[in-house]
Amino acid sequence: MLKIKDLHAKIDGKEILRGINLEVKAGEIHAIMGPNGSGKSTLAAVLTGNEAFEVNEGEVEFNGEDLLDMAPEDRAREGLFLSFQYPVEIPGVSMTNFMRTALNEQKKHKGEEPLSASDFLKLMRDRKKLVDIDSDLTNRSVNEGFSGGEKKKNEIFQMAMLDPKLAILDETDSGLDIDALRIVANGVNKLKRSDNATILITHYQRLLDYIEPDYVHVLYKGRIVKSAGKELARELEEKGYDWIKKEFEE
Amino acid sequence: MVKIAEQDTSLLNLFNESRSLIEKDSSPLVNQWRTKAEEAFKQLGIPSNKVEAYKYTNLQPWFKAQYAYSFSENGYQGKIDEIFKCDVESMESHTVFMVNGKFIPGSNGNVLPQGVVIGSFSELAKKHSLIIEKYYSKIAPVTEDGMVALNTMFANDGIFIHVPAGKVVEKPIQIVNILTGEKDLMVNQRNLIVIEENAQARVLFCDHTLTQSRFVINSVTEAQIDATANLDFYNIQNQHNGTIQVGGYYFNQEKQSVLNANYFTLHTGIARNNIFARLGGEHAENHISGLYLIDKNQHVDNFSYINHAVPDCESNELFKGVMDDASTGAFTGRILVAKDAQRTNAYQSNNNLLLTENAKMNTRPQLEIYADDVKCSHGATVGQLDDNALFYLRARGISKEEANILLRFAFAYEVIEKIQMPELKEQIRELVEKRFRGELDKCDSCVVCGQVDKNAMRCV
Repeated sequence: MLKIKDLHAKIDGKEILRGINLEVKAGEIHAIMGPNGSGKSTLAAVLTGNEAFEVNEGEVEFNGEDLLDMAPEDRAREGLFLSFQYPVEIPGVSMTNFMRTALNEQKKHKGEEPLSASDFLKLMRDRKKLVDIDSDLTNRSVNEGFSGGEKKKNEIFQMAMLDPKLAILDETDSGLDIDALRIVANGVNKLKRSDNATILITHYQRLLDYIEPDYVHVLYKGRIVKSAGKELARELEEKGYDWIKKEFEE
Repeated sequence: MVKIAEQDTSLLNLFNESRSLIEKDSSPLVNQWRTKAEEAFKQLGIPSNKVEAYKYTNLQPWFKAQYAYSFSENGYQGKIDEIFKCDVESMESHTVFMVNGKFIPGSNGNVLPQGVVIGSFSELAKKHSLIIEKYYSKIAPVTEDGMVALNTMFANDGIFIHVPAGKVVEKPIQIVNILTGEKDLMVNQRNLIVIEENAQARVLFCDHTLTQSRFVINSVTEAQIDATANLDFYNIQNQHNGTIQVGGYYFNQEKQSVLNANYFTLHTGIARNNIFARLGGEHAENHISGLYLIDKNQHVDNFSYINHAVPDCESNELFKGVMDDASTGAFTGRILVAKDAQRTNAYQSNNNLLLTENAKMNTRPQLEIYADDVKCSHGATVGQLDDNALFYLRARGISKEEANILLRFAFAYEVIEKIQMPELKEQIRELVEKRFRGELDKCDSCVVCGQVDKNAMRCV
């Protein structure tokens, strides 16, 4: 599904990603962990097409197509989804209007008919139930006045609405209380199928108590320095990141 | 004293040559003011940008005697229903038409509550001398502003609205101001609105242009809002790029009265709004908002002045603008709190979205506070579209263009929310969205009376 080969990216002339290699197949859950400043969020931003970052080397293939060549909206339409670490507040744009526009633009891209108002509302009800979020959130402007937890739940709700092939969750767990974390994890687990995949970017192991990854990667100084099964997460939790830093210090 | 600029004498000459023609059909009480206005105009002239209040809009190049004048041209000769065909079934308003500043008789559709008068200023001023004597030229600053002086010299017709004490006009009173004709034209329209004690009305001014000629408009509207009365006022401006309009709106509010005034500039050439309100009775409430959406070389200048003359009044002001291409804008928010006007609440903000590097905005709050127990705030912002929000929308599959429109609309939304009438709110919402999509037909501004015969009405 996703093949990243020797990806380098920089911001303001500073290289943050220094040769990432990663392959994600359908049905898999990958966790990317690492200390602060290792490039985790940069990887998410580059994959979704944030123009603040410049890719200076490498390639990314998404379902056989050149991902880096696509505009952010086309990546989304091809089935890529990012759960933002810091979801943006957009006063004046209602959640309903936002989701309806997004969904119908994606449908248009696939050559499908737009959803009727009643079908759309029905879908919203279903998805809200699935990810267990307050119906009140969808009556408001996008993220406006939402608490941190509400914003993260809202990301998972959007993911449920858009039904992506590959979802990247960028530190969706940080700052979440245990109840919100459970809701987020539940949502991800319910949406998991054999034909989609998830990348969890996280600093802590706690989320992985609720979502079981197939692979755990450690990102350090812009490179994946270690890859293993879920047991690696537990090891990191126990020992911290210092041993990684020591081992891979240049 | 500054000597009057050379070009202004042409207007004075025009006035002297045509005075008898202007005065012929006017009330003597209205005529009485012309000499005083002429004296003031000799001193003030047409304001250039050297006049502080007009710093960002120089009117001198536009107001000259070179244009045909509406009293001699007399605007429109035909029948109004040949230009406008309204579907009476769907018309939920009292709609009247003004063509080139002149009232068109017989265009008032629905039955009005007893005692309520809507009609030609020229005609009704003669019948209602008491009202004219009490309010005419008493609310607008005839001797202080050259444009009001000019209007008072030439004032002839316009709309006259009188809602007697206790009466409620439920349906909106819609005034469709049409500018048309083959010749370039100057219009000095004069309106008077009197809402007596405990009465209520909703008044909607829709400003259109129907031909490509250059139109230079200087309108003055005086409105008296008596104690506990309520006026909802809307102005929707949708005129072609060759239009220059100075709209003076002067409100006088008595105790516990409520004014909501909303200004939508959807399309224009050069627009200057002078919006003055005097809060002269305790617990009067004043809400003024505006939205200007401009592009190309369009220019919009909103100048507001809220005068808190007595204690315990409240004013809220919100103006927002979305500016594209090389458009320019200005906002002045003057608030005066008199020495004894304790416990005043006065809030003001002006926010602007500049879509290009060439768009320019000048905004200035001017607060003069002489009382010591007041709550006043003001804020002004000039910014660009939020890149983070744009990326967020695109990351959900929304195209860059569509995301742009969504964000612009989101910015404008706050002003549209201020509209009190749900039907009107929905219609303005649609107009604004069309404007952002570049689909706005200037015919669309006739929002209440929307059923227009396409063959009869050609829009430019």
